[in-house]
Amino acid sequence: MPLIRRGHEKNADSSSSEASKASRRKKILPFLFLLPMLIFICFSWISPVILTIYLSFTDLSIKNLLKFNVKYTLENFEKIFLVEDPYIPEVLKITVFYVASVLSINVVYALIMSVAIAYLVKNEILSMILRLSWLLPRITPGIIYALLWIWFIDPTAGMLNKLLMLAGVPKSWLPSSWLLDKPYAQLLLVIVNGYVGASFGMIIYTAAIKSIPPDLINAALVDGATDFQVVRRVIIPLLKWPILFVTAWQTLSLMASYEYILMIWGAGGGGGYAGVARAAGVMVWSLYSYTKAFAEYQYGYAAAISMVLVVIGIILIMIYFRVFGFKRLMAPSRVEV
Amino acid sequence: MMGVKEKKMKAGRGYILHTILKYIVVILVAVIPLIPIWCMYLWLISQSFSGRVILGIVPSNFTINNWRFLWAPIKMGLKEYPNIWPITINTLFLALGTSGLVVFISTLGGYALSRMEFKGRTTLMEFIIALHAFPAIILLIAMFIILNKLGLYGKGIITLMGIILIKAGLECPMASWIIKGFFDSIPWDIEWAALVDGCSRLTAWRRVILPLILPGVGAIAIFSFLSGWSEFLLVFTYVKDETYYTLPVLIYHLIGEFKFIDWVMLAAIGLFYTIPTLIFFSVSQKVLLRIYVGGVKG
Repeated sequence: MPLIRRGHEKNADSSSSEASKASRRKKILPFLFLLPMLIFICFSWISPVILTIYLSFTDLSIKNLLKFNVKYTLENFEKIFLVEDPYIPEVLKITVFYVASVLSINVVYALIMSVAIAYLVKNEILSMILRLSWLLPRITPGIIYALLWIWFIDPTAGMLNKLLMLAGVPKSWLPSSWLLDKPYAQLLLVIVNGYVGASFGMIIYTAAIKSIPPDLINAALVDGATDFQVVRRVIIPLLKWPILFVTAWQTLSLMASYEYILMIWGAGGGGGYAGVARAAGVMVWSLYSYTKAFAEYQYGYAAAISMVLVVIGIILIMIYFRVFGFKRLMAPSRVEV
Repeated sequence: MMGVKEKKMKAGRGYILHTILKYIVVILVAVIPLIPIWCMYLWLISQSFSGRVILGIVPSNFTINNWRFLWAPIKMGLKEYPNIWPITINTLFLALGTSGLVVFISTLGGYALSRMEFKGRTTLMEFIIALHAFPAIILLIAMFIILNKLGLYGKGIITLMGIILIKAGLECPMASWIIKGFFDSIPWDIEWAALVDGCSRLTAWRRVILPLILPGVGAIAIFSFLSGWSEFLLVFTYVKDETYYTLPVLIYHLIGEFKFIDWVMLAAIGLFYTIPTLIFFSVSQKVLLRIYVGGVKG
């Protein structure tokens, strides 16, 4: 291959004016191929980020949306950081709870589950059925996943309360509404998102477990280790990078995810997502920003709330590149023996 | 002798205990939590053919009446919801538009990333990964303002086109990345042969290389199609005219109004909407999995 390449360059060098023309074309050509992608990246990513930053310093709302005669203000950030918006502390509390608990499902629970599916279950077909079942919540369109949960938790038509009573949970413990009763709504919030997140961890972990050289595990088994010892001493230490990757990646996407909350509490609560989510105590940071923009039409303030996430996101991504390096980010399931 | 035998017995008992313990762990961690999920999906299927609302997962009074939305308008009291077929066409339009644009953008971009030397190549690749990690969902407000300023907001089909542009932009970095992997696997010799025969780079790309990576093109086409097919937030937020709803948004509004009255029909509509996803997924499960890892879902 390098030989042919050199031959081609020699050909190009044969006449000087043609060569400079050709080399210029060679320089421009890649960008012609890249042009559509660059334009679309600017349209969908870069300009919204810049606009979010700009908007967060303005008082844009429904009143001046059409004329766009905005004025510069720091009020939005005062509302957030000086807590002039009395609801901010609660949103922050719910967000921290939400991210921390779903994250622990995604990282720790998914790890145990993946080891069970990919290592403890030796039957390939059974293992595949389990894996596909865990993937269902991720591949179903979000609104259907939400519909299924809205049905499942329904106190009269749904099955959740029936199943729990069958499992021996006393009736007095069950809420009259899983959507609105306080600790239950939070529990639901974590479980609904936990299923989706657990499948992410599972994909990464099972791929990593499958890529562990069998010799390592066999050596331990021959030495008389039990399966549990193999898991603890061989498999889990080897999964260091995948675990770190799942943690890092999911922290970022959880902070920004609110689609399922909007769908379940919005549709399940009859359409007014803003009020219902607030009443149920499931208003996370990103949903609060969405609510401020599209239910209360305070675009400037909403952009400022988003801006906090944008900044955190950019900082975290920079840290991830430092910690992981490009290669590890690319192949999160690779095991380093 | 006795000692050895005893040891063996002990080991045997330990082994059985160990195996039982293993199964308990598997059942507790990986099987029991799946029961609700299995119940939900079974319910969705059997409910859609049931004559009345069922509590369990066993259908009763088999009927196809729930599927009447396929040929009759959906009515609720005096309110009549839009017919399902125009809505399905809107959804298809969004999904196919996104898919077509993404394939066009990323086969070009992925080729340059894979085969060409240019300044800032590494930076661009790092940037693409960074974009992939960045949750675009928080940029919805700014995108709203952009659509508004471009005059694409509240204009029916034009708004849907605007959403296609946004959606394609959001998907194309990842798609280019995936397709780059496919380009990487094509030997250079094939391309050089084409170039020596007098093809330009563009012709070589279109005539020689693209046909070789059709599986990859298919994968990103399906992936972006599904992504457009399930897109909810963008349409929910930007499209206010019922005629231009897509299926997920229609279902969202139907849940709000029908859930106390007509679970059976909701289930049928839900199943109708999910079927393409399930078909596509079962067809191209392996490649899609690789892509789904990167989704920005919870």
